[in-house]
Amino acid sequence: MAGGATVTGGVTVTARATLTDRIVGFIDHLRANGFTVGTEESGRIAAFLAERPLPPLSKIRQELKILLTGNKEEWLRFDELFEAYWLATGRVRTHLQRTTSPHVKNPLRHAPVWQDHLADTHAGTEAPQIESDGAGERAGEATGRLIAARHSVDRKTDLKHIVDPEEMRAAEALALRLAQAMRYRLSRRHRAARRGRRIDLRRTIRRALPRGGEPIELFRRTTPDRPVHIIIFLDVSGSMKHYSRFFLQFVKGLVCSWMQSDAFVFHTRLIRVTDAVRDRNSARAMTRLALMAEGFGGGTKLGESLAKFNRSYARRLTNSRTVAIILSDGYDTGSPEELATELARLKRHIRRLVWLNPLLGWRDYAPVTAAMQAAQPHIDHFAAANSLESLAALEPQLAQL
Amino acid sequence: MNKQNDIGPKLLAAGYVADDALATALQLTLTLQRPLLLEGEAGVGKTETAKALAAALDTRLIRLQCYEGLDATATIYEWNYQKQLLAIRAREHDNISAEAIEKQIFSEDFLLRRPLLEAISQDRSPVLLIDEIDRADEEFEAYLLEILSDFQVTIPELGTIAATSRPYVILTSNGTRELSDALRRRCLYSYVEFPDHARELAILKARMPDLEEKLADSIIGFVQQLRKEDLEKKPGIAETLDWAAALSGLGLNALGDDIDKVTQTMICLLKTESDLKSVPRELVSRLAGKAA
Repeated sequence: MAGGATVTGGVTVTARATLTDRIVGFIDHLRANGFTVGTEESGRIAAFLAERPLPPLSKIRQELKILLTGNKEEWLRFDELFEAYWLATGRVRTHLQRTTSPHVKNPLRHAPVWQDHLADTHAGTEAPQIESDGAGERAGEATGRLIAARHSVDRKTDLKHIVDPEEMRAAEALALRLAQAMRYRLSRRHRAARRGRRIDLRRTIRRALPRGGEPIELFRRTTPDRPVHIIIFLDVSGSMKHYSRFFLQFVKGLVCSWMQSDAFVFHTRLIRVTDAVRDRNSARAMTRLALMAEGFGGGTKLGESLAKFNRSYARRLTNSRTVAIILSDGYDTGSPEELATELARLKRHIRRLVWLNPLLGWRDYAPVTAAMQAAQPHIDHFAAANSLESLAALEPQLAQL
Repeated sequence: MNKQNDIGPKLLAAGYVADDALATALQLTLTLQRPLLLEGEAGVGKTETAKALAAALDTRLIRLQCYEGLDATATIYEWNYQKQLLAIRAREHDNISAEAIEKQIFSEDFLLRRPLLEAISQDRSPVLLIDEIDRADEEFEAYLLEILSDFQVTIPELGTIAATSRPYVILTSNGTRELSDALRRRCLYSYVEFPDHARELAILKARMPDLEEKLADSIIGFVQQLRKEDLEKKPGIAETLDWAAALSGLGLNALGDDIDKVTQTMICLLKTESDLKSVPRELVSRLAGKAA
C-alpha cells in the first residue's frame, strides 16, 4: 500500500514538472507571437500553478488567458494560440510582429510599392541647390523659425522639383528638423505661463502661519497646458508620389517628437503606421512602411479610409485636444458624399481639422474636384503644402487651441 | 483562502450573473491580490462587476471616477484648509509658537482622505473601483502605478502612511485612450463582451422576475440581433433592462403585437439620433419577427 502511494506521488510530481515545462514553452510561444510577457510573469505563473491541486485544462486555459493577456487584441488571439500549442490545431504564428498591420497577409511577399516614393534616382540639374549646414540645425532647434530663415531659398522650392538624391536627402532632413523644432517651440510655451488660475491654498497657508494666519502672500497654481494630440493622415496614392517622401519625413519628425500622435497612410485602404514611423532605424522604418502600403497605386478612397478610422480608431485615439491633419491632393476616386459624411463624423471626435494640399501652392490651382468641394465645409484650416515653408506655416495651427 | 474559494455562487447570491471567464478573473484577483483591468464597450457591465464583488465579499466599495485633469489632491488626500484657517485664528491669542500650531494643523485631524488613501486605511479589505481609467491623463496613471505597487502614501507633513488593508482593485476602461504598457502588465486582464443570449436572459430574469418568460426571451433575442446592426453605440445591459421595463409598462405581451409602439420605445435602446434613424419601423418589425 505504502509503495503504491509513493508511486502515485511520484507520478503527480512528474506530471507537474512536465506541465511547468509545457507552460514555460507556451509562454515562449506567446512571445514569438508578439505577446509582451516578462520573465516575472512566467515565474509567477509557474509558482501559482505549483502551489495547488491541478485544475482541469479548460480552467488552466481561462486562468492563463487572464494572466497572460494585456489588451483586447491579445485577448482575442489567445484562444487560437492556446489551441495551436496545447491541442496542436489551429494556426501557428499567424502574426510575426505585434505591431504589424492586420492587412499584411504575407510579410515575405514584399511589394516594392514604396520605391517610387523613396528612391527617385533621376538626377536633375534645374533644381536649386540646398545648403547643408550643421550650425543651422542647432540654431533651428532653439527657435523653431530659424531653420526656415536660414534656408530661405530651398524652403520655397516646390518639393516636386527636387530630384537630385543629395538634395532630396537634405530636404528630407529639413522636413524632419522642421517638425522637431515645431515641437520644441510649442513645449516652451507652457513654461511661459506665470499666472495661475487657482490659488494654491497649501502654500498660502504655510506662508500665512508666521503672520498669525493672515494670508498676505497668495500663491497660485495652474494646470500645465497639455500639448495637442496630432493625428496625421498621409495620402500615398500615385498622384501624391512626388510629395509623399518629404511628407513622410515630416510625419516622422512630428510623430517621433510628439508623444501624443498617430500616423496613418491611406490609398484605397487606411493603415496605421505609428509604430513603423517611430522606428528609429530609418531604413527599417521604410521597409515596414513599404510592406504596409501593399495594394498601393489603385487610386484614393479617402471617404472609405476615414470611415474605417471613425469605426475602428476614433474613439480610442481621439480626445478634445486632437488636431487631425490630412495631407492629400484631394484626387479621390471614392464618392464625395461619403467623404463629406465621414469628415462630419470625424469632426465630432476632434478639435480641429487641417487639410494640407500640395496643389494649393500651384499657380491657377482651384480646389474644384468633387472631393475637395465636398470636404471644404468641414475643414478648419486649408493650406498649401508644396514647399517646406508651407509646412512650417502649419505651426500656429498646432500651437493655439 | 477560505472566503476566497469559489466566488461564483456568492456573486450569484448577490444578484449578479457572471460568465465563467469573469468569475475566474475575479477569483484570480482575490487569490493573487493583483488589480484586475476590465476592458470592453460601454454598457457591458464592467462597473456592475465591482459592485457585485463588493456585495459578494460583504465589504465596502470605494469608487474613484476618473476624469481628465484628475490629480493627487482629488484622489489621495487634501488638507482641510478651512479648518486649518479656523484653527490658526482660534489659537491666535494663546501664545503658542508658530511651530506648535503648524504641528497641530498638519495632523491627521485636518486631513481629508480621498478614495485612494481611504482604500488602504480600512480595517477590512475593500473593493476599490477605479472607473474609466482611460479618461484620466497619463500623469495620474503613473501615480496610480506607484500606489498599486507599494500600497503606501507619503504625505510630506506626516510621513509615510502604510496600508492597513490591501484593497481588491478593479480598473475599468472603455478604450477611449491607450493605456500604458506598465499599467497593463501590472494588472490581470479581462475583455468583457456583451453577454450571450442565455446570460442576458438570466440577468433580465434576476432583475425583473415578474416578466413573462416568452416576452423576456424575445426581448433578449431582439436586443442580441440589434447589436449586430451597424450602430454608433450598441445598447448595453442597462438599456435592455430599461426597455424591458418600458415594454412591460406599456402592457405588451409579445413584440409582434404592436410594432408602432415598439418602434417608439426604441429611444430606450438607441441613444443617438443617427442610430434611431438607422433603425426604422421595417427593421424593428423584421427583428421582432426573428426574435419571436
